Amino acid sequence: MSAVNVPDTLASRGRLVEARDVSLSFGQTPALRGASLSVNAGEILAVMGPSGSGKSTLLHCLAGILAPDSGEIRFAGRRIDMLREQERSALRRDRFGFVFQFGQLVPELSAEENVALPRLLGGVRRAEALRDARAWFERLELDGLEQRRSGELSGGQAQRVALARGLVARPEVLFADEPTGSLDSLTGERVMDLLTAAAREQGTTVVLVTHEPRVAAYADREVIVRDGKVTTLSADPVLA
Amino acid sequence: MSVSLTLLGLLDRQPSHGYDLKRDYDTYFGRGKPLPFGQVYSTLGRLARDGKVVIGEAEPGAGPDRKRYVITEQGATEVQEWLSEPVEPEPHLQTVLFAKVVLALMLGRSAEQYLDTQRAAHLRRMRELTETRRSGGVVDALLADHGLFHLEADLRWIDLTAARLNALAEMVKS
Repeated sequence: MSAVNVPDTLASRGRLVEARDVSLSFGQTPALRGASLSVNAGEILAVMGPSGSGKSTLLHCLAGILAPDSGEIRFAGRRIDMLREQERSALRRDRFGFVFQFGQLVPELSAEENVALPRLLGGVRRAEALRDARAWFERLELDGLEQRRSGELSGGQAQRVALARGLVARPEVLFADEPTGSLDSLTGERVMDLLTAAAREQGTTVVLVTHEPRVAAYADREVIVRDGKVTTLSADPVLA
Repeated sequence: MSVSLTLLGLLDRQPSHGYDLKRDYDTYFGRGKPLPFGQVYSTLGRLARDGKVVIGEAEPGAGPDRKRYVITEQGATEVQEWLSEPVEPEPHLQTVLFAKVVLALMLGRSAEQYLDTQRAAHLRRMRELTETRRSGGVVDALLADHGLFHLEADLRWIDLTAARLNALAEMVKS
Protein backbone atom coordinates (compact mmCIF):
# COMPACT_ATOMS: atom_id res chain seq x y z
CA MET A 1 0.00 0.00 0.00
CA SER A 2 1.36 3.39 -0.90
CA ALA A 3 0.82 6.73 0.72
CA VAL A 4 -1.10 9.44 -1.10
CA ASN A 5 1.35 11.72 -2.82
CA VAL A 6 0.89 15.10 -1.16
CA PRO A 7 3.53 17.80 -1.47
CA ASP A 8 5.09 18.57 1.89
CA THR A 9 6.43 22.03 1.11
CA LEU A 10 3.36 23.88 2.38
CA ALA A 11 3.20 21.75 5.47
CA SER A 12 6.64 22.86 6.49
CA ARG A 13 5.83 26.49 5.67
CA GLY A 14 2.66 26.99 7.69
CA ARG A 15 -0.91 26.10 6.91
CA LEU A 16 -1.36 22.37 6.97
CA VAL A 17 -5.12 21.94 6.99
CA GLU A 18 -7.63 24.38 5.56
CA ALA A 19 -11.36 24.66 5.01
CA ARG A 20 -12.60 27.37 2.66
CA ASP A 21 -16.26 28.29 2.54
CA VAL A 22 -17.36 24.73 3.24
CA SER A 23 -21.05 23.82 3.22
CA LEU A 24 -22.65 20.46 3.86
CA SER A 25 -26.25 19.42 4.43
CA PHE A 26 -27.69 16.16 5.65
CA GLY A 27 -30.88 15.93 3.63
CA GLN A 28 -32.68 19.22 4.17
CA THR A 29 -30.70 20.01 7.31
CA PRO A 30 -27.66 22.24 6.79
CA ALA A 31 -24.75 21.30 9.07
CA LEU A 32 -22.07 23.62 7.68
CA ARG A 33 -22.82 26.94 5.98
CA GLY A 34 -19.67 28.45 4.58
CA ALA A 35 -17.21 27.37 7.27
CA SER A 36 -13.59 28.52 6.86
CA LEU A 37 -10.54 27.94 9.01
CA SER A 38 -6.91 27.02 8.79
CA VAL A 39 -4.60 25.05 11.03
CA ASN A 40 -0.87 25.64 11.02
CA ALA A 41 1.63 22.81 11.05
CA GLY A 42 2.46 21.80 14.62
CA GLU A 43 -0.43 23.78 16.04
CA ILE A 44 -3.05 22.51 18.47
CA LEU A 45 -6.38 24.06 17.50
CA ALA A 46 -9.51 23.74 19.61
CA VAL A 47 -12.81 23.75 17.74
CA MET A 48 -15.52 24.70 20.21
CA GLY A 49 -19.23 25.26 19.94
CA PRO A 50 -22.57 24.15 21.29
CA SER A 51 -24.09 20.76 20.56
CA GLY A 52 -25.35 20.54 17.00
CA SER A 53 -23.33 23.54 15.85
CA GLY A 54 -21.50 21.51 13.21
CA LYS A 55 -18.09 21.19 14.88
CA SER A 56 -17.86 17.40 14.51
CA THR A 57 -19.09 17.61 10.92
CA LEU A 58 -16.36 20.16 10.24
CA LEU A 59 -13.75 17.82 11.75
CA HIS A 60 -15.03 14.98 9.57
CA CYS A 61 -14.69 17.19 6.49
CA LEU A 62 -11.18 18.33 7.44
CA ALA A 63 -10.18 14.69 7.97
CA GLY A 64 -11.58 13.56 4.62
CA ILE A 65 -14.22 11.37 6.22
CA LEU A 66 -17.02 13.46 4.70
CA ALA A 67 -16.93 15.32 1.40
CA PRO A 68 -18.57 18.78 1.52
CA ASP A 69 -21.34 19.81 -0.89
CA SER A 70 -19.36 22.93 -1.76
CA GLY A 71 -16.16 24.68 -0.73
CA GLU A 72 -12.63 23.36 -0.47
CA ILE A 73 -10.71 21.21 1.99
CA ARG A 74 -6.95 21.35 1.65
CA PHE A 75 -4.23 19.31 3.27
CA ALA A 76 -0.66 20.49 2.75
CA GLY A 77 -1.90 22.70 -0.05
CA ARG A 78 -3.68 19.99 -2.00
CA ARG A 79 -7.43 19.79 -2.31
CA ILE A 80 -8.61 16.58 -0.74
CA ASP A 81 -12.35 17.11 -1.18
CA MET A 82 -11.81 16.29 -4.87
CA LEU A 83 -10.07 12.97 -4.15
CA ARG A 84 -11.79 9.66 -4.75
CA GLU A 85 -12.87 7.79 -1.63
CA GLN A 86 -10.04 5.31 -2.03
CA GLU A 87 -7.47 8.10 -2.06
CA ARG A 88 -9.05 9.81 0.92
CA SER A 89 -9.04 6.49 2.75
CA ALA A 90 -5.31 6.13 2.09
CA LEU A 91 -4.74 9.70 3.27
CA ARG A 92 -6.56 9.01 6.53
CA ARG A 93 -4.60 5.83 7.06
CA ASP A 94 -1.16 7.18 6.20
CA ARG A 95 -1.18 10.81 7.30
CA PHE A 96 -3.90 11.21 9.90
CA GLY A 97 -4.65 9.80 13.35
CA PHE A 98 -7.98 9.76 15.18
CA VAL A 99 -9.25 9.75 18.75
CA PHE A 100 -12.97 9.75 19.48
CA GLN A 101 -15.07 10.29 22.59
CA PHE A 102 -15.58 6.62 23.31
CA GLY A 103 -12.21 5.08 22.43
CA GLN A 104 -13.93 2.79 19.90
CA LEU A 105 -11.40 0.05 20.41
CA VAL A 106 -11.94 -3.25 18.62
CA PRO A 107 -13.25 -5.47 21.44
CA GLU A 108 -11.92 -8.73 19.95
CA LEU A 109 -8.34 -7.42 19.91
CA SER A 110 -5.94 -6.96 22.82
CA ALA A 111 -4.91 -3.44 23.79
CA GLU A 112 -1.56 -3.78 22.01
CA GLU A 113 -3.21 -5.15 18.87
CA ASN A 114 -5.57 -2.19 18.91
CA VAL A 115 -2.63 0.20 19.11
CA ALA A 116 -0.79 -1.69 16.36
CA LEU A 117 -3.80 -1.55 14.03
CA PRO A 118 -2.85 1.59 12.05
CA ARG A 119 0.64 0.18 11.45
CA LEU A 120 -0.79 -3.19 10.34
CA LEU A 121 -3.22 -1.44 8.00
CA GLY A 122 -0.27 0.57 6.68
CA GLY A 123 1.39 -2.67 5.59
CA VAL A 124 3.92 -3.01 8.39
CA ARG A 125 4.76 -6.57 9.48
CA ARG A 126 2.99 -7.79 12.61
CA ALA A 127 6.11 -8.14 14.78
CA GLU A 128 7.26 -4.63 13.93
CA ALA A 129 3.78 -3.16 14.37
CA LEU A 130 3.45 -4.75 17.81
CA ARG A 131 6.91 -3.54 18.79
CA ASP A 132 5.94 0.02 17.83
CA ALA A 133 2.69 -0.36 19.74
CA ARG A 134 4.37 -1.60 22.93
CA ALA A 135 6.62 1.46 23.05
CA TRP A 136 3.50 3.55 23.67
CA PHE A 137 2.37 1.60 26.72
CA GLU A 138 5.13 2.92 28.95
CA ARG A 139 4.87 6.38 27.44
CA LEU A 140 1.16 6.62 28.24
CA GLU A 141 1.44 4.91 31.64
CA LEU A 142 -0.24 1.73 30.43
CA ASP A 143 2.43 -0.78 31.48
CA GLY A 144 1.09 -4.27 32.02
CA LEU A 145 -2.17 -3.72 30.15
CA GLU A 146 -0.91 -4.85 26.76
CA GLN A 147 -2.91 -8.09 26.67
CA ARG A 148 -6.18 -6.77 28.05
CA ARG A 149 -9.32 -6.52 25.95
CA SER A 150 -11.18 -3.21 25.87
CA GLY A 151 -13.82 -4.55 28.29
CA GLU A 152 -11.08 -5.09 30.87
CA LEU A 153 -9.87 -1.47 30.78
CA SER A 154 -11.15 1.53 32.72
CA GLY A 155 -12.46 4.49 30.74
CA GLY A 156 -9.22 6.41 31.20
CA GLN A 157 -7.08 3.41 30.25
CA ALA A 158 -9.19 2.70 27.15
CA GLN A 159 -8.91 6.33 26.07
CA ARG A 160 -5.13 6.27 26.49
CA VAL A 161 -5.00 3.09 24.38
CA ALA A 162 -7.09 4.92 21.77
CA LEU A 163 -4.67 7.85 21.98
CA ALA A 164 -1.71 5.51 21.46
CA ARG A 165 -3.51 4.06 18.43
CA GLY A 166 -4.07 7.57 17.10
CA LEU A 167 -0.39 8.49 17.41
CA VAL A 168 1.46 5.20 16.76
CA ALA A 169 1.88 5.82 13.03
CA ARG A 170 3.30 9.29 13.76
CA PRO A 171 0.50 11.05 11.86
CA GLU A 172 0.92 14.59 10.63
CA VAL A 173 -2.51 15.49 11.97
CA LEU A 174 -4.37 14.04 14.92
CA PHE A 175 -8.12 14.61 14.81
CA ALA A 176 -9.58 14.33 18.30
CA ASP A 177 -13.36 14.54 18.76
CA GLU A 178 -14.29 15.11 22.41
CA PRO A 179 -11.39 12.90 23.54
CA THR A 180 -12.18 13.40 27.23
CA GLY A 181 -15.96 13.58 26.91
CA SER A 182 -16.55 10.29 28.69
CA LEU A 183 -13.96 10.81 31.45
CA ASP A 184 -14.00 12.48 34.85
CA SER A 185 -12.02 15.72 35.29
CA LEU A 186 -8.81 14.24 36.69
CA THR A 187 -8.64 11.37 34.20
CA GLY A 188 -9.50 13.75 31.37
CA GLU A 189 -6.71 16.09 32.39
CA ARG A 190 -4.23 13.23 32.42
CA VAL A 191 -5.30 12.19 28.92
CA MET A 192 -4.95 15.79 27.71
CA ASP A 193 -1.54 16.16 29.39
CA LEU A 194 -0.35 13.05 27.58
CA LEU A 195 -2.02 13.92 24.27
CA THR A 196 -0.53 17.40 24.07
CA ALA A 197 2.91 16.31 25.31
CA ALA A 198 3.11 13.50 22.76
CA ALA A 199 1.78 15.65 19.93
CA ARG A 200 4.26 18.44 20.64
CA GLU A 201 7.12 16.00 21.01
CA GLN A 202 6.57 14.47 17.59
CA GLY A 203 5.35 17.68 15.93
CA THR A 204 1.86 16.38 15.26
CA THR A 205 -0.76 18.99 14.40
CA VAL A 206 -3.93 18.52 16.44
CA VAL A 207 -7.51 19.47 15.61
CA LEU A 208 -9.37 19.12 18.86
CA VAL A 209 -13.17 19.26 18.92
CA THR A 210 -14.46 19.95 22.41
CA HIS A 211 -17.24 21.78 24.19
CA GLU A 212 -15.21 21.87 27.41
CA PRO A 213 -13.22 25.08 28.03
CA ARG A 214 -10.80 23.20 30.31
CA VAL A 215 -9.89 20.93 27.41
CA ALA A 216 -9.73 23.81 24.93
CA ALA A 217 -7.27 25.52 27.28
CA TYR A 218 -4.66 22.96 26.23
CA ALA A 219 -4.78 24.29 22.67
CA ASP A 220 -2.71 27.10 21.19
CA ARG A 221 -5.79 28.74 19.72
CA GLU A 222 -9.50 28.21 19.50
CA VAL A 223 -12.34 28.82 17.07
CA ILE A 224 -16.06 28.57 17.68
CA VAL A 225 -18.54 26.92 15.35
CA ARG A 226 -22.02 28.45 15.48
CA ASP A 227 -24.81 27.49 13.13
CA GLY A 228 -22.36 25.88 10.74
CA LYS A 229 -20.01 28.86 10.52
CA VAL A 230 -16.64 29.43 12.14
CA THR A 231 -16.01 32.40 14.39
CA THR A 232 -12.39 32.94 15.17
CA LEU A 233 -11.43 34.29 18.60
CA SER A 234 -7.76 34.69 17.80
CA ALA A 235 -5.91 35.82 14.70
CA ASP A 236 -6.56 33.33 11.92
CA PRO A 237 -4.57 33.63 8.71
CA VAL A 238 -7.50 32.62 6.49
CA LEU A 239 -10.03 34.97 7.99
CA ALA A 240 -7.76 37.88 8.84
CA MET B 1 -8.53 36.83 51.64
CA SER B 2 -8.26 38.04 55.22
CA VAL B 3 -4.59 38.43 56.19
CA SER B 4 -5.43 38.69 59.89
CA LEU B 5 -7.45 35.47 59.94
CA THR B 6 -4.78 33.67 57.95
CA LEU B 7 -2.04 34.78 60.34
CA LEU B 8 -4.26 33.83 63.23
CA GLY B 9 -4.75 30.39 61.66
CA LEU B 10 -0.98 29.97 61.30
CA LEU B 11 -0.57 30.93 64.96
CA ASP B 12 -3.13 28.32 65.94
CA ARG B 13 -0.54 25.68 65.03
CA GLN B 14 2.08 26.96 67.47
CA PRO B 15 3.44 30.21 68.88
CA SER B 16 5.63 31.82 66.22
CA HIS B 17 7.87 34.76 65.40
CA GLY B 18 6.68 37.34 62.90
CA TYR B 19 9.39 36.16 60.52
CA ASP B 20 8.11 32.57 60.58
CA LEU B 21 4.56 33.76 59.96
CA LYS B 22 5.63 35.82 56.96
CA ARG B 23 7.65 32.93 55.55
CA ASP B 24 4.72 30.48 55.83
CA TYR B 25 2.21 33.02 54.54
CA ASP B 26 4.35 33.74 51.48
CA THR B 27 4.92 30.03 50.85
CA TYR B 28 1.28 28.96 50.98
CA PHE B 29 -0.82 32.04 50.38
CA GLY B 30 1.37 34.78 48.88
CA ARG B 31 1.51 33.34 45.37
CA GLY B 32 4.10 35.74 44.09
CA LYS B 33 2.86 38.64 46.23
CA PRO B 34 4.88 38.51 49.46
CA LEU B 35 3.36 40.01 52.58
CA PRO B 36 5.36 43.09 53.62
CA PHE B 37 6.95 42.82 57.07
CA GLY B 38 5.24 46.07 58.00
CA GLN B 39 1.85 44.53 57.32
CA VAL B 40 2.75 41.41 59.31
CA TYR B 41 3.60 43.41 62.43
CA SER B 42 0.77 45.91 62.09
CA THR B 43 -1.70 43.02 61.73
CA LEU B 44 -0.20 41.23 64.74
CA GLY B 45 -0.43 44.49 66.68
CA ARG B 46 -4.16 44.75 65.89
CA LEU B 47 -4.72 41.13 66.81
CA ALA B 48 -2.96 41.78 70.15
CA ARG B 49 -5.01 44.92 70.74
CA ASP B 50 -8.22 42.92 70.11
CA GLY B 51 -7.16 40.20 72.52
CA LYS B 52 -6.71 37.48 69.89
CA VAL B 53 -2.96 37.08 70.40
CA VAL B 54 -0.55 37.93 73.18
CA ILE B 55 3.01 39.01 72.63
CA GLY B 56 5.57 37.00 74.54
CA GLU B 57 8.62 38.43 76.22
CA ALA B 58 11.40 39.49 73.87
CA GLU B 59 13.95 36.69 73.64
CA PRO B 60 17.62 37.46 74.02
CA GLY B 61 19.67 37.58 70.82
CA ALA B 62 20.49 39.78 67.87
CA GLY B 63 17.99 41.13 65.34
CA PRO B 64 14.65 42.83 65.72
CA ASP B 65 12.40 39.78 65.44
CA ARG B 66 12.71 38.26 68.88
CA LYS B 67 9.10 38.33 69.99
CA ARG B 68 7.00 35.25 69.92
CA TYR B 69 3.25 35.62 69.31
CA VAL B 70 0.77 33.29 71.02
CA ILE B 71 -2.88 32.84 70.06
CA THR B 72 -5.47 33.38 72.81
CA GLU B 73 -8.61 31.34 73.42
CA GLN B 74 -10.63 34.11 71.78
CA GLY B 75 -8.38 33.99 68.74
CA ALA B 76 -8.59 30.20 68.51
CA THR B 77 -12.39 30.38 68.71
CA GLU B 78 -12.44 32.88 65.85
CA VAL B 79 -10.25 30.62 63.72
CA GLN B 80 -12.53 27.67 64.47
CA GLU B 81 -15.63 29.64 63.48
CA TRP B 82 -13.97 30.96 60.34
CA LEU B 83 -12.95 27.47 59.24
CA SER B 84 -16.41 26.04 59.83
CA GLU B 85 -18.28 28.72 57.86
CA PRO B 86 -18.63 28.53 54.08
CA VAL B 87 -17.38 31.46 52.04
CA GLU B 88 -20.17 33.60 50.66
CA PRO B 89 -20.75 32.19 47.17
CA GLU B 90 -20.83 35.59 45.57
CA PRO B 91 -21.14 35.74 41.81
CA HIS B 92 -18.72 38.66 41.81
CA LEU B 93 -17.61 38.55 38.20
CA GLN B 94 -21.02 37.75 36.79
CA THR B 95 -22.39 41.11 37.89
CA VAL B 96 -19.73 42.91 35.83
CA LEU B 97 -20.27 40.71 32.80
CA PHE B 98 -24.02 41.04 33.11
CA ALA B 99 -23.81 44.83 33.38
CA LYS B 100 -21.68 45.02 30.24
CA VAL B 101 -24.03 42.79 28.25
CA VAL B 102 -27.13 44.73 29.29
CA LEU B 103 -25.49 48.09 28.66
CA ALA B 104 -24.21 46.94 25.26
CA LEU B 105 -27.76 45.97 24.29
CA MET B 106 -29.20 49.19 25.67
CA LEU B 107 -26.66 51.23 23.74
CA GLY B 108 -27.18 49.28 20.51
CA ARG B 109 -23.65 47.88 20.56
CA SER B 110 -22.74 44.28 19.74
CA ALA B 111 -23.18 42.28 22.92
CA GLU B 112 -22.20 39.13 21.02
CA GLN B 113 -18.89 40.66 20.06
CA TYR B 114 -18.29 41.67 23.66
CA LEU B 115 -19.07 38.11 24.82
CA ASP B 116 -16.65 36.71 22.21
CA THR B 117 -13.94 39.12 23.38
CA GLN B 118 -14.58 38.13 26.98
CA ARG B 119 -14.58 34.45 26.01
CA ALA B 120 -11.19 34.86 24.32
CA ALA B 121 -9.79 36.62 27.40
CA HIS B 122 -11.10 33.88 29.67
CA LEU B 123 -9.62 31.15 27.47
CA ARG B 124 -6.30 32.95 27.33
CA ARG B 125 -6.20 33.04 31.14
CA MET B 126 -7.23 29.39 31.24
CA ARG B 127 -4.30 28.52 28.99
CA GLU B 128 -1.93 30.30 31.38
CA LEU B 129 -3.41 28.48 34.37
CA THR B 130 -3.26 25.15 32.54
CA GLU B 131 0.45 25.73 31.93
CA THR B 132 0.92 26.65 35.61
CA ARG B 133 -0.89 23.48 36.63
CA ARG B 134 1.27 21.37 34.35
CA SER B 135 4.62 22.86 35.26
CA GLY B 136 4.16 23.72 38.93
CA GLY B 137 3.92 21.78 42.16
CA VAL B 138 0.82 20.49 43.93
CA VAL B 139 0.01 23.84 45.56
CA ASP B 140 0.25 25.64 42.22
CA ALA B 141 -1.89 22.96 40.59
CA LEU B 142 -4.64 23.22 43.21
CA LEU B 143 -4.77 27.00 43.01
CA ALA B 144 -4.75 26.88 39.22
CA ASP B 145 -7.57 24.31 39.30
CA HIS B 146 -9.64 26.63 41.45
CA GLY B 147 -9.15 29.44 38.98
CA LEU B 148 -9.87 27.16 36.03
CA PHE B 149 -13.17 25.97 37.45
CA HIS B 150 -14.30 29.53 38.17
CA LEU B 151 -13.37 30.70 34.70
CA GLU B 152 -15.12 27.68 33.23
CA ALA B 153 -18.27 28.60 35.15
CA ASP B 154 -18.10 32.11 33.69
CA LEU B 155 -17.68 30.65 30.22
CA ARG B 156 -20.75 28.48 30.63
CA TRP B 157 -22.65 31.60 31.64
CA ILE B 158 -21.24 33.43 28.61
CA ASP B 159 -22.41 30.60 26.32
CA LEU B 160 -25.90 30.60 27.80
CA THR B 161 -26.12 34.37 27.63
CA ALA B 162 -25.01 34.33 24.00
CA ALA B 163 -27.80 31.86 23.29
CA ARG B 164 -30.33 34.13 25.04
CA LEU B 165 -29.17 37.46 23.65
CA ASN B 166 -32.20 37.95 21.41
CA ALA B 167 -34.62 37.47 24.27
CA LEU B 168 -32.58 39.75 26.51
CA ALA B 169 -32.34 42.40 23.79
CA GLU B 170 -36.12 42.44 23.39
CA MET B 171 -36.60 42.87 27.11
CA VAL B 172 -33.98 45.57 27.47
CA LYS B 173 -35.33 47.60 24.53
CA SER B 174 -38.98 47.35 25.50
